[in-house]
Amino acid sequence: MIKAILIFNNHGKPRLIRFYQYFAEDMQQQIIRETFHLVSKRDDNVCNFLEGGSLIGGSDYKLIYRHYATLYFVFCVDSSESELGILDLIQVTFSLLQVFVETLDKCFENVCELDLIFHMDKVHYILQEVVMGGMVLETNMNEIVAQVEVQKPHGEGGLSAAPARAVSAVKNMNLPEIPRNINIGDINIKVPSLSPF
Amino acid sequence: MALKIVKGSIDRMFDKNLQDLVRGIRNHKEDEAKYISTCIDEIKQELKQDNIAVKANAVCKLTYLQMLGYDVSWAAFNIVEVMSSSKFTYKRIGYLAASQCFHESTDVIMLTTNQIRKDLSSPNQYDTGVALTGLSCFVTPDLARDLANDIMTLMSHTKPYIRKKAVLIMYKVFLKYPESLRPAFPRLKEKLEDPDPGVQSAAVNVICELARRNPKNYLSLAPLFFKLMTSSTNNWVLIKIIKLFGALTPLEPRLGKKLIEPLTNLIHSTSAMSLLYECVNTVIAVLISLSSGMPNHSASIQLCVQKLRILIEDSDQNLKYLGLLAMSKILKTHPKSVQSHKDLILQCLDDKDESIRLRALDLLYGMVSKKNLMEIVKKLMLHVDKAEGTTYRDELLTKIIDICSQSNYQYITNFEWYISILVELTRLEGTRHGHLIASQMLDVAIRVKAIRAFAVAQMATLLDNAHLLTGNMQRNGICEVLYAAAWICGEFSEHLENPMQTLEAMLRPKVATLPGHIQAVYVQNAAKLFATVLKSQEGNTDSTAAQETSQLMIDRLPLFVQSANLEVQERASCILQLVKYIQKLQQKDVEIAEEVNALFAGELNPVAPKAQKKVPVPEGLDLDAWINEPPSESESEDEQPKAIFAKEEPKHSRPRHTEVDEKELARRREARKQEQANNPFYIKASPSSQKVYQDTPGVEHIPVVQIDLSVPLKVPGLPMSDQYVKLEEERRQKERAEKKKKEKKKRKEKRSGRGKKHDSGPESEEDITPAHQVDIVTEEMPENALPSDDDDKDPNDPHKALDIDLDKPLADSEKLPVRSHRETPKSPAEDGDTENAALQEPKKKSTKEKREKKKDKDRDRKKSKEEKKKKKHKHEEKEEDLLGGQADAPVVQSEETSEVVAPPTSTNPEVSDLDFWLSNAPVPSNTQEATTVAEAEAAPPPEAASGTAPDSEPDQPQDADTEEAKSSKHKKKKQKKEKEEKEKKKKKKHHHHHHHSDGGGEESVQNGTVEEEEPLPPMSNYCLLAENSYIKMVYDIQGNLQDGSQVVVSVIFENKGDSFLKSMEFNVLDSLNSKLQRPDGSGPHDGLTVPFQLPPGVSNEARFVFTVQSIIMPQKLKGTLTFIVKNEDSSTHEKLDFKLHFTCTSYLITTPCYSDAFAKLLESGDLKGSSVRLEGVNMPFHHLLARICFHHHFSVVERIDSCASMYSRSIQGHHVCLLVKTSGQTVSIDAKCDEPTLLGNVLDEIKQTFSQC
Repeated sequence: MIKAILIFNNHGKPRLIRFYQYFAEDMQQQIIRETFHLVSKRDDNVCNFLEGGSLIGGSDYKLIYRHYATLYFVFCVDSSESELGILDLIQVTFSLLQVFVETLDKCFENVCELDLIFHMDKVHYILQEVVMGGMVLETNMNEIVAQVEVQKPHGEGGLSAAPARAVSAVKNMNLPEIPRNINIGDINIKVPSLSPF
Repeated sequence: MALKIVKGSIDRMFDKNLQDLVRGIRNHKEDEAKYISTCIDEIKQELKQDNIAVKANAVCKLTYLQMLGYDVSWAAFNIVEVMSSSKFTYKRIGYLAASQCFHESTDVIMLTTNQIRKDLSSPNQYDTGVALTGLSCFVTPDLARDLANDIMTLMSHTKPYIRKKAVLIMYKVFLKYPESLRPAFPRLKEKLEDPDPGVQSAAVNVICELARRNPKNYLSLAPLFFKLMTSSTNNWVLIKIIKLFGALTPLEPRLGKKLIEPLTNLIHSTSAMSLLYECVNTVIAVLISLSSGMPNHSASIQLCVQKLRILIEDSDQNLKYLGLLAMSKILKTHPKSVQSHKDLILQCLDDKDESIRLRALDLLYGMVSKKNLMEIVKKLMLHVDKAEGTTYRDELLTKIIDICSQSNYQYITNFEWYISILVELTRLEGTRHGHLIASQMLDVAIRVKAIRAFAVAQMATLLDNAHLLTGNMQRNGICEVLYAAAWICGEFSEHLENPMQTLEAMLRPKVATLPGHIQAVYVQNAAKLFATVLKSQEGNTDSTAAQETSQLMIDRLPLFVQSANLEVQERASCILQLVKYIQKLQQKDVEIAEEVNALFAGELNPVAPKAQKKVPVPEGLDLDAWINEPPSESESEDEQPKAIFAKEEPKHSRPRHTEVDEKELARRREARKQEQANNPFYIKASPSSQKVYQDTPGVEHIPVVQIDLSVPLKVPGLPMSDQYVKLEEERRQKERAEKKKKEKKKRKEKRSGRGKKHDSGPESEEDITPAHQVDIVTEEMPENALPSDDDDKDPNDPHKALDIDLDKPLADSEKLPVRSHRETPKSPAEDGDTENAALQEPKKKSTKEKREKKKDKDRDRKKSKEEKKKKKHKHEEKEEDLLGGQADAPVVQSEETSEVVAPPTSTNPEVSDLDFWLSNAPVPSNTQEATTVAEAEAAPPPEAASGTAPDSEPDQPQDADTEEAKSSKHKKKKQKKEKEEKEKKKKKKHHHHHHHSDGGGEESVQNGTVEEEEPLPPMSNYCLLAENSYIKMVYDIQGNLQDGSQVVVSVIFENKGDSFLKSMEFNVLDSLNSKLQRPDGSGPHDGLTVPFQLPPGVSNEARFVFTVQSIIMPQKLKGTLTFIVKNEDSSTHEKLDFKLHFTCTSYLITTPCYSDAFAKLLESGDLKGSSVRLEGVNMPFHHLLARICFHHHFSVVERIDSCASMYSRSIQGHHVCLLVKTSGQTVSIDAKCDEPTLLGNVLDEIKQTFSQC
């Protein structure tokens, strides 16, 4: 079983947290902090396993992590998971972390931290196709990508989304301050009553 | 209106979405908290709006904030709202939020049951998928119980995507609702052979997870897994299976033998490191489980160790780490093979990676011997000096102590060396383990008598140099060592060379800065020392020395009397008064040393840490019983003090207990004396034992004197353990030389000397005699201690509940709580008509209570428990009832008859199967064949008897069961396989029963009429679709609740022949009105693949969704089933044509209705009437009603004598009302409906139903 999946950056800011066992919010934050503390002080050329027993409980648990560019991907797993299966290794043709990261890469087209920052929900949806309730659901990357694609909101390209996109384009212009206080809601458009032809 | 929508969406455009929120937070780095709190205010506003899109957006943002650590549980209800949105994108947001922040104590979860159920049965697979995913994160026992059956149904869904999710989530369901494991297990097992690899892997995953905790229940699956292991190519699945075997082998050594070969093959062949590693791991497990008797045993272990060495030597740190990890497993059973790689492991101690060093340390633990212990510890001590970072250093420290103290100091040959190591360790700065060192010192000093003199000397030096340790004691825990030092010096003060000096050291003013508990020990032991000093000084003629000592005490003790620590204060003032009294006596020249010494006479023996726990509770003592009557809760606060006061005199119960205790104690004292007399390790209090010890042979060559001379103890620095290493070397050399001289004599001597007195390592340890004839005192245990190993088992382990025997045939009572999908969901959200749902509530209650009274006797206790539980959760339940129970009754009987025959075939064979499989032929394929033959001979035709019982039953589907049984008669050939399928079939039968009971049951809940009338015959809606010599199909059609244009056709496929059926494709010729729903992307004439294969004699159910436009007329659709029949030698394509008959009845949905609502409906005048008369109906009225209810999906609104009103509703919302009257054999039905054609057809069908009987 996987007990938790955490993604945070080099400064310990969480980018995605997924606990498969309940912890209160403050406990979650503490776990993130401690895990970051443990993981961040390790060199890049040391092994990717950590006995993080005290964090989430039990000596049966291990932290398996990987450091990609600015992000740490941390899995907390118990002894029923294969260490190497979770981690990616050169010799291994599959691995969970590898699958996850590559799927992210495919879905976001060259994933970077910003993608994760702004699309946390999407990352969650992708993760849901890989791991469900702490158990590995699918390791076939093509299958995962296909399922994620199918479930993308259909309306995204539709007419209804056009104004929203326009607005977000405006927002993206980064004006010093978007005039938020204009209350469009109160405008009363008077439609002239046209006589039917 | 339109304008409002436009306005809403314009508003919405300027709402922050998730991206804006993130951007905002990034732009407000300085006042993030403030910014977020304004955002939360905005979100609260958004949540108040009606627009679901706005709400979803708000919830999405909340999910982000939750990640940042904000508690969003206040929005739980809004999350539920978004979850129930009909739009997938919003629903998904809702479920995501729920999965992130719901947990068992979230109270709104109970509102979600129906919503989730609805989503689970949604025709859109992604709705189902997202519900399953969400549920997997927040499933509660209630949800698990209520939804278990729905999820189980999904395990046979047509889409593999849903199947695999349903299979996975079952694990969570099992955890929360263990009762579901047995009913669901057969289907889970079936999924191990699912055609879709994803589903297969999910099933393997779940079973492995289950088996890991309770392996013995899954042993019977070993052959199946073995087959999978030899056939699967999916590494993920392979790893899981191999891991599972690792858990199974300890239970069944024969399994291990079988595994060794394929596993070693895999080790040789695979290129995947992860697989290789797991194989090695399992081989290790196998080797551990095999005690002996494997011819190539050492070859396999050699192979493993070799492979692991390759891993450890790899440059990849991960492999190195895992290699060490696996090595430590081998170490436990085959230390020799690991010890040959000592060089490699010691090398790893120098690795820059801490994880690896720690693993290497673990290995060291098992690699020490008498010979190399000193060398290894020396190396570790070097590391201690070098180590940066206290955590690693602390780890080293504990490891050193672990290694040395393991198995009762087995490997320590020179305790002086060990003491000096401990003393050296005290120089570590900032370690947390002062306490550990202290307890080791105490332990050694107490248990190894020969070392006491040396230990006391060392401790005295420590006390003298206490200032070195306590330099900045606030930070470090090393001062704990002083606790041990003070105690040892006090307790064994007779060994002190200069007790006066030590006494002075212990009374220094600086001591007052030590922690309280240490000071207390100081004070107490100062008194002991004082007694010793007094004794030595009184012998002298000059009495002034003694008086000076007393004066010293009197001068120094007041410092402690003022201590803030009560313990210290109390002890100090006691002792101060004592010393003052002594001083008085001394001034009168009275000899008091003897008496003072008597205060501290007697020996303290070590007591095992678990001793207290192991004391058995004396007979007649109930620890849970109240000594006094508990204070009643009604007592007011004023009375409270009184009650407390009264409690202090529990007179009436005490004496009795002491009486028991006294007897018991006397008995125990006797027993203890006996035991002590017989125990060679027990040190008697009498000094004579000391003498006996001195006289034992082999003592004369103890070079104690030599050591005392050569070690410069007097040097104020601390002793170096290295010197002892050198000394030890010399000693050993000397010994060896000596041994050569008088080898024979020595050996004899040693044997007699060793046998009793010390616990040494095995003889094989190249005969290093310890420097001291060490007398290790074993710890004391209460004499009648219970030998229990379950000390560390966690009683709260959720997996305990899952320890369930799965091979036992399913009992009739073991069903999942069923809620048929024909019912109207209560979820209000967007179902269109909520009034019906609202009406259900109260009615249910009353019928439920009635049902409670009328519980069938043949249901076992468990069932009744379950039922009670259900009662508690009335708000969600409404399925079974007394009618269901009655309908079950005859079935139960037939089931029982078949079960009487079944046990030898269905329980034992599982076991004997396994036995056979394990004991026979090494090659898997052979095994299978062999087993088949053997089984054919051994087992009697299993089901023949069961075929007779149900024959008498009139209903057709019941016949299906019978035929199922009959058909099994002529397939003895494949007995073995069949047996594997047996479970499945059992389950299948239950499946039928489900239909009986929920169908019949449900109606009678609404009837609430039939309490005292005779039981109904079993009924089923399944009717024959088509059959030929290979296959038989029966089907039932139900309307879909969610969609007015859909019906679900459940078809049960039963393999009648003795060949394997696969690649079944189900296809129908669509009509204009009715169409089979096909997956996206397939053409209008493509068939649907049936998601399973059928081994001989097996049946399974598949569901197909049809879209219908008009429902007022019955329809027939032609269709074909194509399939491949596979025999041993050939396979042929076959097809079977059928006609699907969509009756109008099948468009009706059982919907409860209140009588007043019913009356209103009739009054409204919208309905058109029609009537029909049935002649010659010869059955009790309640049977008649039940039949209409069951076969035609009606519910009884009201019944008065021989007259009843009934109601049903079509999937498109037509109301159908019936008034049924009976007189004699004539039944007249007056009916009203808003659609006359539909009504006419329904009445025709009702008529037909009754003409058939």
